[in-house]
Amino acid sequence: MATKVDHDSVIRVLGDALPAPLTVTRIASLTGGASAETCAVDVTDGRGQAHALILRRSAGEGSDGFNPGVGKREEAQTQGAGARHGVPAAAVLAVFEQDATLGNGYVMQRLEGEAIARKLLRDERYAVARTRLVDDCARALAAIHRVPLADLPVLPELTAAKQLDQLEAMHKAFGQRIPAFSLAFRWLRERLPPERPLALVHGDFRTGNLLVGDDGLVAVLDWELVHLGDPLEDLGWFCVPAWRFGSDLPAGGFGSREALIAAYERESGTRVDPAEVHFWEVFGTLRWGVICQFQSFAHLNGIARSVERAAIGRRVTEVELDLLLLLDHHL
Amino acid sequence: MLDERPTAAELVAAVAEFLEKKATPQLDAATAFHAKVAVNVLRIVERELAQGAGVDAAERTRLGALLGHDGELAALNAELCEQIARGDIATDNAALRAHLLQSALARMAVDSPKYPSLKNAPSP
Repeated sequence: MATKVDHDSVIRVLGDALPAPLTVTRIASLTGGASAETCAVDVTDGRGQAHALILRRSAGEGSDGFNPGVGKREEAQTQGAGARHGVPAAAVLAVFEQDATLGNGYVMQRLEGEAIARKLLRDERYAVARTRLVDDCARALAAIHRVPLADLPVLPELTAAKQLDQLEAMHKAFGQRIPAFSLAFRWLRERLPPERPLALVHGDFRTGNLLVGDDGLVAVLDWELVHLGDPLEDLGWFCVPAWRFGSDLPAGGFGSREALIAAYERESGTRVDPAEVHFWEVFGTLRWGVICQFQSFAHLNGIARSVERAAIGRRVTEVELDLLLLLDHHL
Repeated sequence: MLDERPTAAELVAAVAEFLEKKATPQLDAATAFHAKVAVNVLRIVERELAQGAGVDAAERTRLGALLGHDGELAALNAELCEQIARGDIATDNAALRAHLLQSALARMAVDSPKYPSLKNAPSP
């Protein structure tokens, strides 16, 4: 990151979102992902009102993310549209582009909660929340999938067939031949789900991207992989083994697939074929496997050397096992 | 493998032990996390030194039976991938599935012997 988030730039990108004059009282960098940097920012407005905010900006050139995702503007506009249409998500206050100091990003309200998966799945504090999360997540998913397309920016259209082509091309480029992956690609091609009207898909709806309070889901985070596609993609990705963090429960580590599908049918008013969710769970598991390859080859090819990236290459074996078990419904 | 003591596996174990017991307590939290990853990597290497040759040989024998001829492991795996992709071997072929499961389980014993999904695996 070339430049740091400072008081003047925060005031500049907030523009007239809050009553002037603004005073920035705190800026704290939070753990960022590969493709975005996130800061907690406290601001007092001209009327003496305090605001707890989050500033999220693109990590800039040379991002080593697996999927480049949409631009920060589209991400912010989609999250904002979701928040207005009943999705638990932080309201967006300001969007900025090509700011001299901060580049591209946006400012949103800061909500209180916990996102660290292992805490949510184990700590006594979240015992009540855990009993509610499958229902809360199904409700949030149904709300995301109902957001009118007319209220959204231009987003990529990613059907199952298109995503499968992209994933296979990326996998083949690494040159490492993995028969269990070939099996999964072929199995998925033989079972492409029927085309249905495009809906907003979050694209990374999973434990780790959910902000949770004592009473349940507070907000859906990380909207950078939003696209238009098959809404059941989100249900399948939510059940991928990598997001269970040691729990035996498929739906995000919190519940059963049956409970998730039943709650989603209730909240969305649509019928769901479990075989189609299974398709997307297999797809998502394979996708996670190619992400592991991507990370380890970023190390091997000298793009980003780290022992952590080297180690993740051996997690491909876990994905091979998960794929074989999933195809036989053993997982 | 050289006929020496310590063996390669014993040397790797010594480094892992040093990192875990001596170095890690001196490190800040972020570097200590990476040291923990490094220890896990060395444990993989230890297991591979002990089991790798047997795992490879068994996989190669099964691949030879499945494909009807012998060959280098990487070449046999590449050929199997092609056959699966073309549909020459059906995705529900029982012999194929059994081979892939055995291969995955044998390599899991090296790469990730405590992975939760292992308890769901049927015995091959």
